[in-house]
Amino acid sequence: MRFQLTEDQRALQAGVRELLTRRFGREQLRAAVDAPNLDRALWRELGEAGFFALRLPEADGGVGLGLPEAVLAFEEAGRALLPGPLVATHLAAGEVPGAATGECVVAAVDGTLVEWLDEADTVRGDVTGAVAMRSADPLTPLHRVPRGASADPVAALLTAAEQLGSAARTCEAAVQHARAREQFGQPIGAFQAVKHLCAEMLVRVEVARVAVYAAAVTADPLDIAAAGLLADEAAERGARDCLQVHGGMGFTWESDVHLHLKRAWVRARRGHGAADAEEALAEHLLSPAAR
Amino acid sequence: MDLAYTPEEEEFRARLREWLGKVLPTLPPKPSPDDWPARRAYDLGWQRMLYDAGYAGLHWPVDAGGRRATPTQHLIFLEETEKAGAPYVGANFVGLLHAGPTIAAEGTAEQRARWLPPVLRGEEVWCQGFSEPDAGSDLAALRTRAWRDGDDYVVSGSKIWTSHAEVADWCELLVRTDPRAPKHRGISWLAMPMDAPGITVRPLRTLAGSTEFAEVFLDEVRVPVANRVGPENDGWRVTMVTLSFERGTAFVGEVVACRRVLGELAREARKNGRWDDPVLRRRLGRLNAEFRALWRLTQWNVGESERTGGVPGIGGSVFKLRYSHARQELYDTAADVLGPESLDLSADWTLDRLSSLSYTIAAGTSQIQRNIVAERILGLPKGR
Repeated sequence: MRFQLTEDQRALQAGVRELLTRRFGREQLRAAVDAPNLDRALWRELGEAGFFALRLPEADGGVGLGLPEAVLAFEEAGRALLPGPLVATHLAAGEVPGAATGECVVAAVDGTLVEWLDEADTVRGDVTGAVAMRSADPLTPLHRVPRGASADPVAALLTAAEQLGSAARTCEAAVQHARAREQFGQPIGAFQAVKHLCAEMLVRVEVARVAVYAAAVTADPLDIAAAGLLADEAAERGARDCLQVHGGMGFTWESDVHLHLKRAWVRARRGHGAADAEEALAEHLLSPAAR
Repeated sequence: MDLAYTPEEEEFRARLREWLGKVLPTLPPKPSPDDWPARRAYDLGWQRMLYDAGYAGLHWPVDAGGRRATPTQHLIFLEETEKAGAPYVGANFVGLLHAGPTIAAEGTAEQRARWLPPVLRGEEVWCQGFSEPDAGSDLAALRTRAWRDGDDYVVSGSKIWTSHAEVADWCELLVRTDPRAPKHRGISWLAMPMDAPGITVRPLRTLAGSTEFAEVFLDEVRVPVANRVGPENDGWRVTMVTLSFERGTAFVGEVVACRRVLGELAREARKNGRWDDPVLRRRLGRLNAEFRALWRLTQWNVGESERTGGVPGIGGSVFKLRYSHARQELYDTAADVLGPESLDLSADWTLDRLSSLSYTIAAGTSQIQRNIVAERILGLPKGR
């Protein structure tokens, strides 16, 4: 048993991070917040890099990789706060023409919400009667729909991977700030109260990481449910604690922390949410398989 | 990334299962928790069975008498023995998990030959003389003194929270050999025979009512200089080797056990009707997610030590932090499932709930672990 990233997986992770740093760094992120339109050129570039066709067989023009690789790519997307209906388009690759290459933007009904409805070329699910909301996340336009649709476990897993990436990024940002920001004549990271916030952030990230990676390997619905719970916790609490470490600066629009927190909230509302996952995991405890 | 076991690993598991199925029914009944001589005999008897079957010192190097099994095999061993309900390492804990690996890593050939085989064969029990009344979390503040007198050190001071002291043959003892040096630099690691004149052991009663550990008073105890492991005044570094073992692998079987307990708890809730409470049910579901993840973290850490080929790393602090709190939450939830029954001291649940309180303190409190994570993994500045 070798539950570790392979060399190829590390290379893939580094490649996606490099692409996103170059094409969707801080400046592009802030520009997107000011003018939240979907960047079609970037979408096609992601398509060319194989982001959407990652799990499509090579015979069908895809990259032919599996869930673990997809999870690594979506983790990077989460770190970078990459906007757009990434999960819906990825899941549509091979089914909706143009989705695999990034020519087509695909939105989908997930729970009772649809992300990026107005920008999408194709929508999966029934959006009759969709009503636009003023979305809490400035980079995720949202519509409510009257008839909800249940989401695929793979969608839940890729969402968990995005949450993981966001949690890892807010942990890094908090640590960076705690090392640089001085108060009372020393970096605030020397204070135990701050240190302990950061340590707990890392612990939540690492626990979510192994849960998400293991679920990617097994593709087991219960593993995915567990991964979702832990990744939501890591992303939401991580962003909150990151904001706390940043103090007053964290409460400003200029800081990126709120973008992570708001996106984490949006992702946590995708699919069925925590209650269903907890119920399924509880139910399983009674099954003979759990012994 | 892989969670599949190799055919060799599966074969190892199958052989182990078969052996456990054969030997466990032959074990004598478990002794009462406060009968230490009986516990010693029981635990050492089990160790002897492991030794005879070739399962002793699985993860130890071959030249220390071990089997040099891979970390994955070690993981399988701990998983299967727990699942089969085999005895816990018990009185042999310090010997097998602390002192033994330390001597294997830092001892001379003579020291290894003298101390390691009896640990593996289940003939000698070790205890740990680290903590002191004024030096618990701040271990390096220890004050027990050792003076050189010819070929001996003369040791005076006292130790506390010493598990198994009543029935131990040896103590891995930290002493201050240079009081003028900075506090981390003047410490030495000694193997002290527990029958030496000048040692007084006084059992301490835990809040769970058991005599799990003791105070040890040392009054001019003579310990041969030849019993020092590692150079004089280098005991802090030697100790860090020990502690990394303690934090790396100590909890594997316990995670398996917690997952079993969680299942029992769900069935108990179903029986007594509390399963109908959705809040309680969801708490159990979340604990399921928690312990699944802790098992994955264990597998990840094992994969990492297999990749880096050796001593368990600092990631053990991450595990210990999360696990110790999860365990307490598990038993707090158990109390809510059991209701008034949770106040009955004759139930295992209640005793386990009480003993879970020690997990966030022993082997470095959660607060110390957070400092370790923050300073050594995240690189935050040292504070006061």
